[in-house]
Amino acid sequence: MTEVSLLTLFFTFFKIGLFTFGGGYAMLPFIQQEVMQNNWLEEATFVNFVGISESSPGPFAINIATFIGMEKGGWLGSALATLGVVLPSFIVILIVAQFYLKFKESRIVSGVMSGLKPAAVGLIAAAVITMVIEVLFPAGFSWNLFAGAQIYVSLAIFALGLWLLLKMKKHPIFIICVSAVLGIAAGYIFGL
Amino acid sequence: MKNKDRLLPLFLTFLKIGAFTFGGGYAMIPLIQKEVTENRKWLSDEDILNIVAIAESTPGPIAINSATFVGYMTCGVMGSVAATLGVVLPAFIFIALISLLLQNIMDIQAVQYAFMGIRAGVLALVVKALISMYKQCPKNPVAYVIAGLAFAVSLLTDISILYVIIGCAVLGLVTSMVMKKKEAEAK
Repeated sequence: MTEVSLLTLFFTFFKIGLFTFGGGYAMLPFIQQEVMQNNWLEEATFVNFVGISESSPGPFAINIATFIGMEKGGWLGSALATLGVVLPSFIVILIVAQFYLKFKESRIVSGVMSGLKPAAVGLIAAAVITMVIEVLFPAGFSWNLFAGAQIYVSLAIFALGLWLLLKMKKHPIFIICVSAVLGIAAGYIFGL
Repeated sequence: MKNKDRLLPLFLTFLKIGAFTFGGGYAMIPLIQKEVTENRKWLSDEDILNIVAIAESTPGPIAINSATFVGYMTCGVMGSVAATLGVVLPAFIFIALISLLLQNIMDIQAVQYAFMGIRAGVLALVVKALISMYKQCPKNPVAYVIAGLAFAVSLLTDISILYVIIGCAVLGLVTSMVMKKKEAEAK
C-alpha cells in the first residue's frame, strides 16, 4: 500500500467534499476511486469500513474520512482528512446563507441539480457493481470459486440482508450484526 | 449576530445529534427539527425546510451543511463553528478509537470471519442506498441518459469522477435552459 502525505490526505478530502452533492453516500464512488486508483487501501478493508460506518453514529462522510485518515496518517491524518471533507461545506454554506432565498429559487442551481441527481445515481450504481465483484471474487474472477463454500455464504448473507432491509424494514446495524454472526458461524463450519 | 449565550447550548445540541444518529445526514433531519424548533425554539419549521433544501443542493455531507446553516442562523459564524464541531466530534472520536482497535484485532480468526460476513451484508446496505437515491431522482429521459452516461463512464473508464460530476452538471444546466426556452417559445 502506498504512503500518503498529510497534505495529500487533506486536499484529497477537500476535493471530495467540494465536488460531491447529495450527501455522504454520493461520496462513496469518489472515495472508492481515489482510494483504489492510488492504492491506499485494499478493497476488502474499504468495504469492511463501509460496514463499520453504517453501524457507527455520525455522518457517513465524517466516519470514512476519519477512518482513512487514521489508516494512512494516524491521529493527525484523521484530523486533517476530516477537516478537509468538512471545510468546503462550511465555507459554501456561510456564503450561500447570505442570499439563500435567491439561491433556492435560482434556475441555474435547479438546472445544475437536474444533472447532478441522476449523475449520483449512475455513479453509485457503478460503485455498487465494483463492490459486488470485489466481495464475491476477492482474488479476481475464476470458475474455481464456485467449487468453494465462500461465494455461496456471501451470496446467502447478501440475499438475507436485502430481505431484512427491504421487506422487514430492519435497521442497518441489525444487518451488520447478523452478517457478522453468520460470517463467524460459516467460517468455522466450512473451515474457510 | 444574535445571542452569545446560545453558543454552548448549540454545541451541546449538535453533539447530542451527532452522537445518537446512525446512517448519516437524512437520519439527522427529524432530530435537528425537533431540537431546534420544538425544544429550543431557535428557528421555525419553515427555516428548517429552507435549510434542508439548501443543504441538498450545496456540496458536502447533508449533516454538515445543515449544522453549519442552523448554527449560522441561530448565532452567526461562531454559531456555525459550534454546531459543526458538535456534529463532527462524536463520529470523529468514535471512529478514531475503532480504527485503532481494529488495527490490533484484525489478526484474530473470528474477527476475519465476522468481516467476511459484514462485507456481504454491506452489499445489501449499498443496494438499499442506491434504491433510495433512485427514488429521489427526477424521472425523465434526460435524467436517464445522464445517469446512464455517468454509470458507463465510471465503470468502463479511468476518467476521474470529478470530470464526470462537472460534465453532468453542465449537461443538466444546458438541457434545463434549452427546455425552458422551448417552453417560453411555445407560449
